[in-house]
Amino acid sequence: MVSALWEGLLRALSLIVMRDPTLMEITLRSVAISGLATLFAALWSIPLGILIGLERFKGRIILRGFFNTLMGMPTVTLGLVLYLLFSRSGPLGFLRVLYSPGAIIVGQSLLITPIIVSFVANTLEAADPEIRSLALTLGASEMGARFTVLSESLDGVLLAVTASFNRAIAELGVALMLGGNIRGVTRVLTTSIALETSRGELELGIALTIVLLTIVGVVNLSTNLFRRRTHP
Amino acid sequence: MNRNQTFAATAVIVAIVVLGGIYILRSQTARGTSSLVVSTTTSLYDTGVLDEIEEAFEAKNPIDLYFISVGTGLAITHAERGDADMILVHAPSQELVFLEEGYGVNRKIIAYNFFSIVGPTDDPAGIEEMTPVEALRTLVERGRSGEATWVSRGDDSGTHTKEKGLWTAAGFDVSVLREEGWYREAGTGMGKTLQIAEELEAYTLTDMGTYLKYREEELVGLEVLVGAGEELINVYSAIAVGTEANDDANFDDAMAFIEFLVSEEGQSIFEEYGVEDYGTNLFKPAVELLKSRADPTTADWIEAAAFFDGSECPEQYREGSSKLYG
Repeated sequence: MVSALWEGLLRALSLIVMRDPTLMEITLRSVAISGLATLFAALWSIPLGILIGLERFKGRIILRGFFNTLMGMPTVTLGLVLYLLFSRSGPLGFLRVLYSPGAIIVGQSLLITPIIVSFVANTLEAADPEIRSLALTLGASEMGARFTVLSESLDGVLLAVTASFNRAIAELGVALMLGGNIRGVTRVLTTSIALETSRGELELGIALTIVLLTIVGVVNLSTNLFRRRTHP
Repeated sequence: MNRNQTFAATAVIVAIVVLGGIYILRSQTARGTSSLVVSTTTSLYDTGVLDEIEEAFEAKNPIDLYFISVGTGLAITHAERGDADMILVHAPSQELVFLEEGYGVNRKIIAYNFFSIVGPTDDPAGIEEMTPVEALRTLVERGRSGEATWVSRGDDSGTHTKEKGLWTAAGFDVSVLREEGWYREAGTGMGKTLQIAEELEAYTLTDMGTYLKYREEELVGLEVLVGAGEELINVYSAIAVGTEANDDANFDDAMAFIEFLVSEEGQSIFEEYGVEDYGTNLFKPAVELLKSRADPTTADWIEAAAFFDGSECPEQYREGSSKLYG
């Protein structure tokens, strides 16, 4: 066990140092797919989060609860539901997206939508009372006060996006069910880890995990640097 | 940083992700000419033999092979739903249904090997060298008295289908056995099942490919206790999805790939794969054997286990003017 971990670490280092072409390809694909998924998800999730966090309307609490609940959605279930939709005999089968990178992007962006919505809503609610009333006392309009709250909460929004990228790149169920782990097309880091593990190549599985964690680490580090610079 | 800089930085990141993403995803999907989706049983894919076959086939044909590695059960479901153009499987009883329901055509037996019953080195139930039926009966007896444990795949895979057939042949009802404490269901792949059996010092049924690999990597120490024999034969077939069931299926490429699998070149890959690493091949080619009957005993075993009405693919399940059944 311990030796597999150690050898996995060495294997990871040697694969990275040698710039193993297969590893590079799989890693780039992982980053591209999950990056695009995060971007698309942010397009509709941030506005939705702002709406839930700043506005007061009927059914808001229910909507919040709904997204909070969806955060617990098992990735395999989401993968299965989308597989049935995208399957050639399913309602969206004519789109022919099953077993393509596009299918994984759609799946992952849906998977992380509730994370961004809930995080953004939460961070705005937490910031709401003091800043908002302060802005209003200082003579800001209702709209201006909202904008102040939002710009003071950029940190939280950034955290929401980072966390959801991490979730997307580390998930397995959607990538496996919708992508099919096809070599050279939809094979990403997590599906490779699953494949190598079932092939008995445990060190390689550990090595790929280390690569994945390194990417997540670098993304988090750069986010932190960015936050430091915005709030010295 | 002021707001403008933040905005600019965000815009740059977004642009990089979008452009980079499109570039990476395009560069890898555009190279293919036509693609053939093959849903395959895990034992063929996870052992790596299909990687070699893919390389040899793609070098000669302008066809991209898309292997989806799942259990036999899910492979058939994929094909029935129109999500695969052909399947590689090893569960004759499920294959016959697939043909009868009109989904599959042009079935061809491509390779075979043997399942084995493996167990702890000290063999507490004492089943070594028994016939499979004797071994299973002994295991039930010893299991019930608390001296042995059995781990079942429990996932409707080809191996699990075989296991259920063996219990029936030995005169037991699996639905009764699975309620008993010594009979555990793993509900997972072969490798994981072997590891569970190892941890529990239990017995299990395994395909040789996965077992040899795990043994070689020192992930399991279980021994083969009951090996090659008629009841344990494991026959792999290729079946195309017929155009009547799914007129979108890539039938022509599926036939090209099946023809490659049964060609001399395809068969020689099975013959040689694994010899270097394990001292024995993981899959044995079946085409020449069934034609020449050089080893009549094994040929009979294959026919008894995997022929329907005396043929690997009766006339009514054939489509097109195929060269397959010479």
